[in-house]
Amino acid sequence: MNFSRPKGRDCSEVIFLRKYLLKKILIYVLTFFFAATINWAIPRFMPGNPIHFLIARFATLPESAKVLQSYFTQAFGLDRPLMEQYVNFWRAFFKGDLGISIYLYPQPVLKVILRSLPYTVLLLLPAIIVSFVIGNRFGAFVARKKYLDNIALPIFYTLTAAPYFWFGILLAWLFGVVLKVFPIAGAYSFAMTPSFSWRFVSNYLYHWILPFSSLVLVMLGGWAIGMRNMIIYELEANYSRYMEALGSSQSLIRRYAYRNAILPQVTGLAIQLGTAVAGTLTTEIVFSYPGIGYILMQGILNQDYFLIQGCFLFIIVGVLIANFIVDILYLIIDPRIRKSYTGEI
Amino acid sequence: MNLKEFVYFFLRNKKIITALCILGLLALVSIFGPFLTSYDPLEFASAPYQPPNRQHWLGTNTFGQDLFTQTVYGLRSSLLVGLFGGGLATIIGLIIGFLAGYRGGWFDEILMMLTNILMVIPTLALLIIIAAYLPYRGVLIQSVIIGLTAWPWTARAVRAQTLSLKTREFVDLARITATRSSKIIFQEIMPNMMSYVFMVFILQFGGAILAATGLDFIGLGPTRGISLGIMLQQATLWNAIQLGMWWWVVTPGALITLVVATLYIMNTGLDEVFNPRLREM
Repeated sequence: MNFSRPKGRDCSEVIFLRKYLLKKILIYVLTFFFAATINWAIPRFMPGNPIHFLIARFATLPESAKVLQSYFTQAFGLDRPLMEQYVNFWRAFFKGDLGISIYLYPQPVLKVILRSLPYTVLLLLPAIIVSFVIGNRFGAFVARKKYLDNIALPIFYTLTAAPYFWFGILLAWLFGVVLKVFPIAGAYSFAMTPSFSWRFVSNYLYHWILPFSSLVLVMLGGWAIGMRNMIIYELEANYSRYMEALGSSQSLIRRYAYRNAILPQVTGLAIQLGTAVAGTLTTEIVFSYPGIGYILMQGILNQDYFLIQGCFLFIIVGVLIANFIVDILYLIIDPRIRKSYTGEI
Repeated sequence: MNLKEFVYFFLRNKKIITALCILGLLALVSIFGPFLTSYDPLEFASAPYQPPNRQHWLGTNTFGQDLFTQTVYGLRSSLLVGLFGGGLATIIGLIIGFLAGYRGGWFDEILMMLTNILMVIPTLALLIIIAAYLPYRGVLIQSVIIGLTAWPWTARAVRAQTLSLKTREFVDLARITATRSSKIIFQEIMPNMMSYVFMVFILQFGGAILAATGLDFIGLGPTRGISLGIMLQQATLWNAIQLGMWWWVVTPGALITLVVATLYIMNTGLDEVFNPRLREM
């Protein structure tokens, strides 16, 4: 009972939470630092010197090559000592200066990315949440049901094995070209400008539904397989057998199994984030959806290195934040973590 | 589990047999397919926009290239990336995970810190910035960069496995009887991990194929030659589905899905062979 506990309990829990979260934040900051350093180092230390290679393409136009050479030397600060380049890189980063986009010259990279970020986030987040919820329910439902399992499992495996963007192409072909019920390009009609009017939002949702569904379907397979396997494992556990021996109903046993099985799935959520992000980026390309993935491809096709590197940094930051949210979520749904630290178990 | 027992359950597992048949067939197609066609994958062979017909089994694309030829060559490079990239990732993960688990101490701390950092960074993002700066990319280079970025989860899993094996009685016994370290590693611990490593390799194989497809699609595939991902990229860039050219997109994607799904099913089958508890009753 709560009231019989010593008064220090709340306090120690707060200290623990702070310690736990600080430790996590430290790891994420370190990861970001590492990733940003890779981002800085690759154009400078890559074998074959990519910048020379880029300039070599203009060998037939010596004038342009010279301009390009001086532009890159200045932009990357290549004429300075390495340490100074590195310090400058961080200084510029904290000022929000990610360079100028070549593809959308002369817009700053940061501006280009911030403009496309909402489209990616509004596609990715709902897709992850919806697929996680539905996939787990499906997986739990088919586990240990012989006929259903035999039908559902191959479907789940096919979904999870399909490249995200290929599934997007199939849906676009079926619903956009054959049935002509959904648009397959852009985030809204060309005639519109983004605003918070009902007309725009409905138009946006109309364009959003296909890329969203294709992401959900592919992600769903993995969750369902994971949950199915976990449920089978949990139904073998002693507590399930014991409940069965006591005469509990199957649905009650399954409910307990589900609650135990969902924990590793949440851990899996953190691991799957990278794949989900990658899937969203490629799916955006299929639907010419103006998010990070789409501008990233434009950056690659146009050799716009600042844009590519800016996108990389934003993807990393996004994944780190999402990881942190999953950590907090885990803390909430698994009381054992909290209680093990405060000495209750 | 001795070899005889293994072979017995291996050959009686429907999942494994089916998967082996499919993979074998695809491997044969990728090896001998190029001999079945008289075209070059990048050759402008005949009239564009042809749906599948007797002369062009899978049709032609916007440039009049023969899609059957592209598909068999593409399948070949996908399987190669899976083999090399997945193999490299498995070997690196195995070595790092094993060293971290077996040596322990600060060595373990450092390796695991590195592993955890790399695990959080999305592989595709890392691949993109590496590949974007490579002026020339071939299938082999692609495999190497995929192998160099995909190992972290394997390292972590192998480490956990090593930690649990290290404390088993038979290893203790070997140590008490003053068996040499290398002998303990190769004769006591490794044989017990082989089944696990084999399953990891299968997953890495599939993962490498998917990663390569994603890279190809985003525009960072092999600079020369063809792959299934590049076929899909070109199909999207040239509006294949808007033009109703379904044959351009359906086969390459379906083949990738088939390969990866088969690998997953094979993995589930192997799991059943190695873990008696999972076998169907």
